[in-house]
Amino acid sequence: MNVQIEPAKLTPKDFASDQEVRWCPGCGDYAILKAMHKSLADMGAKLENTVFVSGIGCSSRFPYYMATYGFHTIHGRAPAIATGLKLARPELDIWLVTGDGDALSIGGNHLFHALRRNIDINILLFNNEIYGLTKGQASPTSRVGQKSPSTPMGSVDSPAEACTFALGCNARFVARGIDVQAKELGVLFSRAREHKGASFVEIIQNCIVYNDGVFSGFTDKDVAAEMQIHVKHGEPMLYGKDKTKGLRLNYKTLQIEAVVVGENGVTAADILVHDEKNRVLAGMLSALRPPQFPEVLGVIYCDPAVSYETQVVAQNAAARAKGPGDLDKLMRAGNTWAVT
Amino acid sequence: MNVQTVPKSELDSIVVRFAGDSGDGVQLLGAQFAQETALAGNSLATFPDFPAEIRAPTGTTYGVSAFQINFGSRVVKTAGDQPDVLVALNPAALMVNYKGLRKGGLVILDSGAFKDREIKRAGFMVDPRTDGTLKEFRVLELDVSAQALEVAKPYGVSQKEALRTKNLWVLGLVSWMYDRELNSTREYVARKFGAEDPVGLANLAALQAGHAYGETHEISGDVSPVQMPAVKFEPGTYRLVSGAEALSWGLVAGAQLAGLEAVLASYPITPSSPILHILARLKQFGITTFQAEDEIAACCAALGASYGGKLGITASSGPGIALKTEAIGLGISTELPLVIVNTQRAGPSTGLPTKTEQSDLFLAVWGRNADAPIPVVASRSPGDCFDVAIEAVRLATKYMTPVMLLSDGYIANAAEPWRIPSMADFTPFPVEFRKDPVGFHPFLRDPKTLARTWAVPGTPGLMHRIGGIEKDYNSGNISYDADNHQKMTDTRFAKINNIANDIPEQGVEAGDTKGKLAVVGWGSTFGPINRAVQNMRAKGLDVSHIHIRHIWPLPRNLGDLLKSFDKVLVAEMNNGQMLTLLKSQYLVDAKGLLKVSGQPLKIDEVESAIRSHLGAP
Repeated sequence: MNVQIEPAKLTPKDFASDQEVRWCPGCGDYAILKAMHKSLADMGAKLENTVFVSGIGCSSRFPYYMATYGFHTIHGRAPAIATGLKLARPELDIWLVTGDGDALSIGGNHLFHALRRNIDINILLFNNEIYGLTKGQASPTSRVGQKSPSTPMGSVDSPAEACTFALGCNARFVARGIDVQAKELGVLFSRAREHKGASFVEIIQNCIVYNDGVFSGFTDKDVAAEMQIHVKHGEPMLYGKDKTKGLRLNYKTLQIEAVVVGENGVTAADILVHDEKNRVLAGMLSALRPPQFPEVLGVIYCDPAVSYETQVVAQNAAARAKGPGDLDKLMRAGNTWAVT
Repeated sequence: MNVQTVPKSELDSIVVRFAGDSGDGVQLLGAQFAQETALAGNSLATFPDFPAEIRAPTGTTYGVSAFQINFGSRVVKTAGDQPDVLVALNPAALMVNYKGLRKGGLVILDSGAFKDREIKRAGFMVDPRTDGTLKEFRVLELDVSAQALEVAKPYGVSQKEALRTKNLWVLGLVSWMYDRELNSTREYVARKFGAEDPVGLANLAALQAGHAYGETHEISGDVSPVQMPAVKFEPGTYRLVSGAEALSWGLVAGAQLAGLEAVLASYPITPSSPILHILARLKQFGITTFQAEDEIAACCAALGASYGGKLGITASSGPGIALKTEAIGLGISTELPLVIVNTQRAGPSTGLPTKTEQSDLFLAVWGRNADAPIPVVASRSPGDCFDVAIEAVRLATKYMTPVMLLSDGYIANAAEPWRIPSMADFTPFPVEFRKDPVGFHPFLRDPKTLARTWAVPGTPGLMHRIGGIEKDYNSGNISYDADNHQKMTDTRFAKINNIANDIPEQGVEAGDTKGKLAVVGWGSTFGPINRAVQNMRAKGLDVSHIHIRHIWPLPRNLGDLLKSFDKVLVAEMNNGQMLTLLKSQYLVDAKGLLKVSGQPLKIDEVESAIRSHLGAP
């Protein structure tokens, strides 16, 4: 007799592999890993149906620390490998862990195409604005003037903005979080997983060895409230300790302005209300950077469209609906002749 | 007609070369003539020879497209060294091709295309029809252009469309010359244009008119219909097949025999793209095709599919394969099956994209960073691609390894009559995925094949992590241990070397297993080498033909076989890659017959080399 035993609900610990974590002590990656363990447990994810694919870099060691399936691949190519895996096994829950160098430098092309195709994978870009594993060179997100072994006189390289890039690639889900904000990250992970299609989450991540404190202008506790805005769909974009600061659209310049409600004639009605489905708004929000603006966090854009693999599966099914392939028949179709 | 006539000594085979502007439909003309010829029961080999430019400026020599066919009442093995008949649809086509024609051969010219401007544009100082340029040939001048325009008139098509029926007019004429049935071409035209389409009707009329022209005009008295009896082939059902078709079908067959669905991920590249086009229409066979953003992504996606438990396939040509090498290395490190098809073309770099070469042997065998062995197999002819593709899938899945399949531009585009196999005649080699969690780790190996166990995501209890970092032999976890790296490297080599015990011993294709001279070839040089060796043996020379299918690992008896000959001559379309491989493996004093002209090896070239190496006159 078969007895159906309800499997015990998995705990965050169940999602941790038995491998010793080898990131530097104090690395922001630890917090992200922990948040992921908890999120997957909370979401009721199955170990065997979850796959972490990564490229090369500090962040890309992530799969080794997950008790799920994992594939640590080659530099920049994780989106392509994850695409092949998703095409082969559309039912799998595929996460891609990458960094600013991996995703935006060597792998920029693959990230672009994974996003524009809208294949259903969850892409987590750990952005620490530096190359960590190769010992501290400037990355494509490093700021102008960044001194590093490869830029001793300061970087003259104009930085890429990850979320703006993703939106430019026609990504249908773009979000941003901070490594140590576990609760908010959990929400983003959950939203990314729910989103059918390519989900892009930039995670601001502090590299304690090569770029420590580069984000402290908006992540430090004493400035966080004034320098971060957590946007939510349908809610006015207010921030600051007293929620009196807000974002307003200047209709003449078509630019967003940081304003204070009650000052200079600004009223609550002037404050923009976040609309996840508004691509133009998302583009403006993603480009706002401290110190002129607060760092925009949360789901910046979410407007689902049919995912790539769904359409591939549909075409395959349509072809098969006419009957399974018969190779003997195929090879004998057209002009043939018999020799006796 | 004031031409010197040199009769052809033997009429058991004829080589016809059609040439014209790249917009003249020469490839279609050739392919349809080949189809008719195949249906007539002749043996044949074709050689489509076209420029990389899609539509080069009209009338230029670099815009000339040609299609050569050798057909006969005996088994034909190459597309022929020298055409007996050249059909030149414009002066440029004549310019590029007349020097290759056999002395006494027949030139059929479209005189309507020989206007002063076109003649100059082709690079002739004066009209080649009048200055003795063609004095060694028989020349038949026909105003095909005028004929085509005239025939098309009743159908109300544009002058441009009317002129584009020239190819069908010529096909009609040549079909009359060799007593070919026109039915398959009629069906083709009806299929392509629809029964009532004026353009289609004009084409059918041109076809008929060309044929009638031959029948009703006593063409110069020099051209009369030639009978070419059918070849006595082995019994079976036959069709014409190109290398790209046979290779694609072979991949489908291999996947079926392995019990797997497949994912082909490719990026467009000449001359490999037809594989993507063909498989994209075979979704009903459980084939998913993916046109990736680049060559690297194509290889990565194929590998990702293999990780997911499907057969990952990527197909490309030299420059694309070069881009894939890092991903192939990942496949070697993670020991996943992957079939990499390399339809070789002339290089380096962009090289001659539409011309053939065999110069990626080193790339296939050794072309990766670090010690990274993979099996390499090569197909020898269009039909052979089917069997070699199955073999590539067998090795990839049985040994959990990337496998490279070498074809080339000549094989891919050429067509030959092919006895259609029955799938029931092949022995399946079903893949078994790991299901049992007891004692599992991802680098558990089959003690006999040394293949890693294949556990795919979605399987409960087998969650594991793999990647490009060296893994511990005993657990599959990351390992930086020195002894372990030695052991894993040795194991990867042993696994691939061991395949030599799972492939047939090397035989000879012609001649004895020992003697004075062995001509060694691989890939598409099979035809010319085999014919040349047989011809020279018929003249009493002690020469054998060895043709290698398993390029790596090499067949286990190959060294002994080579050493049983006094001399070894390696004939290949590169600068000595197989030659170097054999010398390094067996320390044999082999010599090379090396050619890199972008053109297939000729029988005559191999015969000369055999004579020279045997000191024969």
